[in-house]
Amino acid sequence: MASVAAVAERPAEARSNWVMDCKLDKIYYGQFEAVRDSHVPIEKGRITGFIGPSGCGKSTVLRSLNRMNDLVTGFRFEGHVQFQGQDLYGKGVDPVIVRRYIGMVFQQPNPFSMSIYDNVAFGLRLNRFKGDLDARVQHALERAALWDEVKDKLKAGGLSLSGGQQQRLCIARAIATEPTVLLMDEPCSALDPIATRRVEELMLELKRDYTIVLVTHNMQQATRVADTTAFFSVDISKGTRTGYLVEMGPTQQIFESPVEKLTREYVRGEFS
Amino acid sequence: MNAADVSASVDLRRAPLERRALRSAMLTGGAWLVAVIAAVPLLSVLYMLVSHGGARLNVEALTTLPPAGFEMGGGFGNALVGTLVVVAIGAAIAVPVGIAAAVFLAELGSTSSLANVARFATKTLTGLPSILAGVFAYALVVLVTGTYSAPAGGVALSLLMVPTVILTAEEALKMVPKIMKDAAYGMGCTRTQVIARVLLPTALPGILTGVMLAVARAAGETAPLLFTALFSNYWLYQDGHLGLMQPTASLAVLIYNFSGMPFDNQIELAWAASLVLVLIVLVINVASRLLGKPKI
Repeated sequence: MASVAAVAERPAEARSNWVMDCKLDKIYYGQFEAVRDSHVPIEKGRITGFIGPSGCGKSTVLRSLNRMNDLVTGFRFEGHVQFQGQDLYGKGVDPVIVRRYIGMVFQQPNPFSMSIYDNVAFGLRLNRFKGDLDARVQHALERAALWDEVKDKLKAGGLSLSGGQQQRLCIARAIATEPTVLLMDEPCSALDPIATRRVEELMLELKRDYTIVLVTHNMQQATRVADTTAFFSVDISKGTRTGYLVEMGPTQQIFESPVEKLTREYVRGEFS
Repeated sequence: MNAADVSASVDLRRAPLERRALRSAMLTGGAWLVAVIAAVPLLSVLYMLVSHGGARLNVEALTTLPPAGFEMGGGFGNALVGTLVVVAIGAAIAVPVGIAAAVFLAELGSTSSLANVARFATKTLTGLPSILAGVFAYALVVLVTGTYSAPAGGVALSLLMVPTVILTAEEALKMVPKIMKDAAYGMGCTRTQVIARVLLPTALPGILTGVMLAVARAAGETAPLLFTALFSNYWLYQDGHLGLMQPTASLAVLIYNFSGMPFDNQIELAWAASLVLVLIVLVINVASRLLGKPKI
């Protein structure tokens, strides 16, 4: 694999900037091999975008990075995900604790059916936060660019908000506990263009404090927000549909001068 | 011939006497009629109870002890208290057990064979003749403690309440969207925290509806109490002594006893007690509808 080699040859100073080093050798759902041989480093303080056709395993890879896939029956992982000097799949690692450091924002906005305030305070209370809860909730809502819209109705239900507001509420909920990495699984696919734009602006704002990994089916979105882009594709050669990383690099390079022919065809819209 | 050519001959006005329109009107009328008929039993029962029992429904009836033979006046205060106590004991047993079982069925082991067996048993138990619940509690509590009592009645009623609580709570828990559970796991919740902080609070309105329905059904049961709580002409708490482990009066059994007596006074009281019992059930059902509304 040319791309794997290319990543491995990067100088050590680049490696020192990796917050996660993900070597995904094999990911199975039961007998089905969903992803193979993909090496995905995640750089600190940047937005890494995953693009690729449906079924290429980009969401599977994302959900493997905070062990959300452990909830899927039949999920099996071979490889290593290095984070803070530990392997997330190492022996004795508790997925519950992993998820407190690596937060997640989902495709469908999924606020809890409780008040806006309680939604944001949820993670803090979970971690028995002892400080000023009100201040932290306000801060998280401000960071998620939602404060001005909800400051007068914090007791209102989270589900009473519009779709775009709900998604920003979910982002506020995720960042309230100040995770190191934020995984976002097609966070705008259920939103209208205006709400999408707001969430994208928010991502650019948030990357100053958080490392973001973004799955998107929208290539324009990747060019707008991602610093680094990873292109995944589907290998149907063995009669099954196995996703793998084709190429990864600075977004501009991936879209303007990709190394792989497959990448070039995909970013030009020649197949999907 | 294209669409433009026929447009002149097309009539888009309503034709109420056309066959399709007539049939539609008839079926709509039929549906209305059936809906009205469905409401008739409840309304006629209420009318009958109000007209027979309304006159005797006063403070005296609600606060005094049942009269003996030829005595005039009296009431069913002890039976009202007894019903509330016995149902409360039943709910105290059935609600925790039922919700815990529902959590297992809906979340922890929903596909396990234990869950399948439990689900089948629960559904079968829904159809259990209520008198058998009384026999069961008689063997389990009355024979063991050596006395008819309110707790024995509570155990019998809990047996009837548990299936309703389990089945409605399981449905309510399953209605919680998966994405909401994902959100909780994504925040770093343990399984217990997902259940306690997200699943149960979100499903609470549905669970409460089931609990209320179960309570309403149990409040009106007579047969299970005949062998278990039996009846008493005295207060549960009398002369500074709480007689929990003694035969206990209940509205349903009082109605059963008094309605067969040859005294007008007792028969009037039986009507009034029936009215009270139906009103209790009605209030519980209305409350369950109000609580069952999901909060946004």
